[in-house]
Amino acid sequence: MSSDPNGRDTIVRYTAGVRTNHWIVAISFVLAALSGLALFHPAMFWLSELFGGGPWTRILHPYIALVMVVAFLFLATVVWQDNRMLTRDWTWLKRWRDVVNNREEDLPEVGRYNAGQKVLFFLMVLCLAGLFLSGIVIWRAYFGLYFSVGTIRVASAFHALCAFVLICGIIVHIYAAIWVKGSVRAMTRGTVTPGWAFKHHRAWLREVRHAAHSRPRPD
Amino acid sequence: MPLQSLDIVRRSATTLPSPSVREPAGGAVAKLIDTTKCIGCKACQVACMEWNDLRDEIGSNVGSYQNPHDLTDKSWTLMRFAEYENPKGDLEWLIRKDGCMHCQDPGCLKACPSPGAIVQYSNGIVDFVEENCIGCGYCVSGCPFDIPRVSKRDHKAYKCTLCSDRVAVGLEPACIKACPTGALVFGTKEDMKEHAAERVEDLKSRGFEHAGLYDPPGVGGTHVMYVLHHADQPGLYSGLAQNPHISPAVRLWKGLSKPTALGIMALTALAGFFHYIRVGRNEVTDADEAAAARFDAEAARAMPPATKPSPESRT
Repeated sequence: MSSDPNGRDTIVRYTAGVRTNHWIVAISFVLAALSGLALFHPAMFWLSELFGGGPWTRILHPYIALVMVVAFLFLATVVWQDNRMLTRDWTWLKRWRDVVNNREEDLPEVGRYNAGQKVLFFLMVLCLAGLFLSGIVIWRAYFGLYFSVGTIRVASAFHALCAFVLICGIIVHIYAAIWVKGSVRAMTRGTVTPGWAFKHHRAWLREVRHAAHSRPRPD
Repeated sequence: MPLQSLDIVRRSATTLPSPSVREPAGGAVAKLIDTTKCIGCKACQVACMEWNDLRDEIGSNVGSYQNPHDLTDKSWTLMRFAEYENPKGDLEWLIRKDGCMHCQDPGCLKACPSPGAIVQYSNGIVDFVEENCIGCGYCVSGCPFDIPRVSKRDHKAYKCTLCSDRVAVGLEPACIKACPTGALVFGTKEDMKEHAAERVEDLKSRGFEHAGLYDPPGVGGTHVMYVLHHADQPGLYSGLAQNPHISPAVRLWKGLSKPTALGIMALTALAGFFHYIRVGRNEVTDADEAAAARFDAEAARAMPPATKPSPESRT
């Protein structure tokens, strides 16, 4: 069992490797979103100054996005298994009113991820796949000659749509981390308190404890 | 803009009006290209090169008079040569001077994300301002006529300016000045329509019953118009669009969806803020920690004591 500097019991939720991976995705997402928004709406064009002007924004955006997609692939393979929807997750989703009102008593037990996190995860997978494929089509510097103008037009609109859904999803993701106290700590320090795990992810806590108790002592 | 003799009615990626008090008294301008008078001499291509200081790469002959093969960043106008065998079995050599059509509703300007990289002057000319161009190529996607070309050298988009610099000081475009047959004429759009009507009447009297003016309404009309012998089949002229319009995909991408999407993103963030101040944070209490401790104790009791967790069980 790990513990914090005060000797209180903690549970490791994310290893340093997973945290690094997550934050590479997060940083590249923020940069890709800001540079993409700069090109999406005139009111956001000033964001291009953050990247050294319009042409630099146009040049950097796809490379930043590639970093995000590759890093997300690694992250997704790590968390994929724990994001499969189970029967209890559908019940959890149906009681979304209890969820948003902080009434967790009557909700089914939650594993490593709750149903909201799982839905968001698959939404991100779909959006990033859509962004990647349409992004290739509209990356004029390298692929402009390989696609018809009709394909490029549809890809441009689809790229914007996927980005819109992803950005809204990430806003929800970030807010949920601010709302459910202890979540940010899981992704910055890597650990949560047993109370946090008990309250929000009881089935996961059970698994963690079970695994710890049944593992033979290495001598 | 170093030289602003013309007011701007539309500016790319800009939500508020540009200075647009001055209006040309004679109305908008137009270039009329009479394909029925064109002899394919390419004087217009040369005049364009000279006035705009453009020297394209020398290409290779592929068995057609058409040279270069396509518009490029350095070839802003081009005679397209089409050989058409009409139903009577006669050959018709349909030569069309291709280049920017200067749409009244320009798809390039609608698609452009960079403020002021594409402008439309009050006289109707659509101009690219390369200093503001970021090289994304959205104008290429937006254009219904496949006109803009992004340069490999500086990654800026180029096309015919309708010699906006000449027109602004009362001169006609260079190509017009060079045309030896009067196939190219320039003036106010109204005058050009009148002139075209006379030409169409003349052509009809000489057996071209489908002769007509090409001023496509799908893009609000154009400031470069054609007189065609076969106005019912513009496609004969090296694929001139039958009914050009801004693609629905571009309209969706660059239309109402922009403010709507931005609004929904802002509302999503606002919803989070108000949830936070109305429902509040979800915190782990001491009672939760105590419950977790009881839970752990029960779990430990259910397990044999010899298998206490090791430090390696962190993951």
